[in-house]
Amino acid sequence: MYDYLWLIPFFPLVGFVFNGLLGKKIKNEAVIGGIGTLMIFLSFLVSCGNFFTLLNDSQKVHQQVIASWMSVGNLQIDWGFLLDPLSALMIMVVTGVGSLIHLYSIGYMHGEVGFYRFFSYLNLFCFSMLMLVLGNNALVMFVGWEGVGLCSYLLIGYYLEKKSAGDAAKKAFVVNRIGDFGFLCGLLTLFWALGSKGVWTVNFVEIAENAHLLESGGLVVTVITLAFFLGATGKSAQIPLYTWLPDAMEGPTPVSALIHAATMVTAGVYMIGRMNGLFAMAPDTMMTIAVVGAATAIFAASIGLAQNDIKRVLAYSTVSQLGYMFLAMGVGAFSAGVFHLMTHAFFKACLFLGSGSVIHGMHHGYHHAHLHDDPQDMRNMGGLRKKMPITFITFLVSTIAISGLPFFSGFFSKDEILWWAFGSTRGHWLLWLVGAVAAGMTAFYMFRLVFMTFFGEQRTHAKAKDHIPESPLTITIPLMLLGALAVIGGYVGVPAILGGANHIHHYLEPVFGHAIELNQIAAHGSHATEYTLMAVSVGIAIFGIFLAWVMYIKNPALPARFVASFTGLWRTIYNKWYIDELYDAVFVNNCKRIGLFLWKGFDVRIIDGVVNGLGWTTRTIGSGLRFTQSGFLHNYAVAMVVGVVVIVGYYILGK
Amino acid sequence: MITVYHYMLLSAILFSIGTFGVLTRKNAIVIFMCIELMLNSVNLTFIALSRHLQNMDGQIFVFFVMTVAAAEAAVGLALMIAFYRNRESIDTDDFNLLKW
Repeated sequence: MYDYLWLIPFFPLVGFVFNGLLGKKIKNEAVIGGIGTLMIFLSFLVSCGNFFTLLNDSQKVHQQVIASWMSVGNLQIDWGFLLDPLSALMIMVVTGVGSLIHLYSIGYMHGEVGFYRFFSYLNLFCFSMLMLVLGNNALVMFVGWEGVGLCSYLLIGYYLEKKSAGDAAKKAFVVNRIGDFGFLCGLLTLFWALGSKGVWTVNFVEIAENAHLLESGGLVVTVITLAFFLGATGKSAQIPLYTWLPDAMEGPTPVSALIHAATMVTAGVYMIGRMNGLFAMAPDTMMTIAVVGAATAIFAASIGLAQNDIKRVLAYSTVSQLGYMFLAMGVGAFSAGVFHLMTHAFFKACLFLGSGSVIHGMHHGYHHAHLHDDPQDMRNMGGLRKKMPITFITFLVSTIAISGLPFFSGFFSKDEILWWAFGSTRGHWLLWLVGAVAAGMTAFYMFRLVFMTFFGEQRTHAKAKDHIPESPLTITIPLMLLGALAVIGGYVGVPAILGGANHIHHYLEPVFGHAIELNQIAAHGSHATEYTLMAVSVGIAIFGIFLAWVMYIKNPALPARFVASFTGLWRTIYNKWYIDELYDAVFVNNCKRIGLFLWKGFDVRIIDGVVNGLGWTTRTIGSGLRFTQSGFLHNYAVAMVVGVVVIVGYYILGK
Repeated sequence: MITVYHYMLLSAILFSIGTFGVLTRKNAIVIFMCIELMLNSVNLTFIALSRHLQNMDGQIFVFFVMTVAAAEAAVGLALMIAFYRNRESIDTDDFNLLKW
C-alpha cells in the first residue's frame, strides 16, 4: 500500500491542472465541482488505505522516494514522502475534511463567476498541504509550506473586485513571509549545525537520528528551534504574527473553514511535532512556545468577546485554539497538541461551514428583498434555529465541543492540554490558569454567537425575514458529518483517568515517545488533582455559558448597559486592542516610509539619475558632434588629409 | 645623375598635386583622376625604392596597387553613372543628403 503514497498529493494536482486549464471552457459547475471533489476524495481513499495499513504494521516509519531533486557532493535531497503515525493522521484530516469542504463548496459557490478558479485553487491548496505533510525532508516541506501560503493568498483574494479582499490577501502574504524567513533561518542553521558534525542532511528521519549530536539545551539548538517557531507563528497565526488571520475572513467561507481553521494554520503545530526531537532538546524554546501559546489563547479569546461579524468571532476563536495547541507543544504534550489539532479541525470546520450556511441563507434573504445589509453581522440575525434546523443543530454540537463540555470531542483534547500545562515537568500552574480562563472566555463568546444567531427575536429586516431557507444538501451533508465527528472525534483520546485507553497517545507514541523519554518530560500529579482540574475547567466553561445565557437570552438589555458602563474597555476590545493600529504605526508605516525613500530618493534620483544621466551625456555630445556631418564631400576629404598629416607629422616630428 | 631622391621628390610633387585636386575640384571624375594620380605617385615611390634597395617586394606591391586601382576605376565609374542618372550631374556638392 505504501507504494501508492505518491498518489495522495498527485490526485489534487491533477484536479488543479484540469480545472485550471479547462474549467473556463467547461463552465458546467457539476463537472468542475465534481472533478475537484472526486480528486480529493480519491486522495482520501488512498490515505485511508495507507492509514489502516500503517495501523496494523509493526514498522511505523516508511519512506518513498519519487525522484532525486538535487545531489551535491554528499548532500542528497529527494522528492520523497514520509509516512509515520503523525503524517498519516494529518493526511486523514486534510483529505477527509478537505473532501467534505469541497463537497460543501459545490453548493456554497453555486453561481459564482470564478467557480472553476475556486476549485482549481482549492485543489492546488490540497496538493501543497499534502506535500507539506508528507514531505520526508525539510525542503519538500518548505515547498508545501510556500505552496499553501500562495493558495491562501489566492483564495483570500478570491473576490478580486473587492479592495478589502486584495488588501487582506496581501497582508496575509506579507506577514507569512516574515514567518517563512524564520523557517528558512532555522532550516539553514540546522543544516549547518548538523553539517559541522559531519551529517549533511535535511531528511527528517536522519535529523531525528542525529539530533543527539547537538548539545541538549545549548545555544545552537535553541536558536534553531526559535527560528522554526517564528516560522510557525507566521503560518499558525500566533502572537506576534496573528493579525493576518482575522482579515483572511475576506475569502469565501469554505476557504476559511479549510485553510484558515482546519488545515493550513495547523501547519506550524505539525512542523513542531515533526521536529519534536529538536524542540524537546531546547527547554527555553519550549517555554517560549508555551507562553506565547497561552498568551495567544487568552488574548484572541478576549477579542472574540466583542466582535459582531460571525466569521470574525470564529477567526479569533481559531487563533485562540491554535494558542492552545502551541501551549500543548510548549509543555511537551505533543500528542495532546496533535489530538487537539484533529478535534479542532472537526468542530471548527463545522462551525465555519455552519456560519457559511447561515451567511448563505441571509444572503439569499437579502437578495430576495433587494437589500444590501451585511449578511455576516450577527446583529442582523437571531431566531434562525427554526429557519435552519440542520445548521442549528450541527452548529450547537460543535459549539459545545469547542466549549469543552464533557463527552464532546473538545473536552478530551482541551482537558488533556490543560492537565499537561499544569502537571508537566515543562508546565506551570500559571499556564494552566491562563488556559482555563481562556476556556471560559471561549465558552462565553461561542455561546454568545449561538444565542445571537439562532435564538431570541429575529432582527433581520422585515422584508428579508421570511426568505431565509435551509441550505441545500451539498451544504448540509458535510455539516452533519462534521457535526458527528465533532461529537465522537474525541473518543480516540479518552484519558486513562476517565477509564479510556487514550488510543491516540499510544498511536503517536512511535513519533513522540523517544524525545519525551530522552528529555524526561512527563506529567506528574495525583488523580485527585487531575479530577479537580477537570472539574474546575468544566465549571469555568459552564459559568461562561451561563453568563452568555444571562446576557443574551434572559436579559438582552444587559450587554448595552455593560458597554455603557465600561465604554473604554469595550471600545479597546472591540477594536482588537488596537494591535493593527500599533503595527501600522511601528512597522507598516515605517516600512512604507523606507520604501518611499528608496523609491523617490534612491531609485528615482540615483539609479534613474545615473542611467538617464548617461543617456543625456551621450545625446548632448552626439548632438554637438553631428554638425561635423556636413554632407559635403570636401569637408570629409579635408578631414582625412588633416588626419593623415597629423598622424604622419606625429611620427616624423615626434621621434 | 638621377638619384633615388629625385624620384622621391617627383613622387611627392605628384602626390601633392593629386591631394590638392581632391580637395579643390568638384567634378567627381576629376577627383577620381586625382586619386589615381596619388596612387601612381605611391607606385613610383615603390618602384624607385625597390630598385634602390635591390628588393623585389616593392614591385609586387605595385601590382597589387594597380589591381586595386583598376577595380576602383570600374566601381568608381559605375558610381558616376548611377549618380548622373539620379541627379543629371556629377558635381559632388549635389550629393549632400547624408548629413545632420
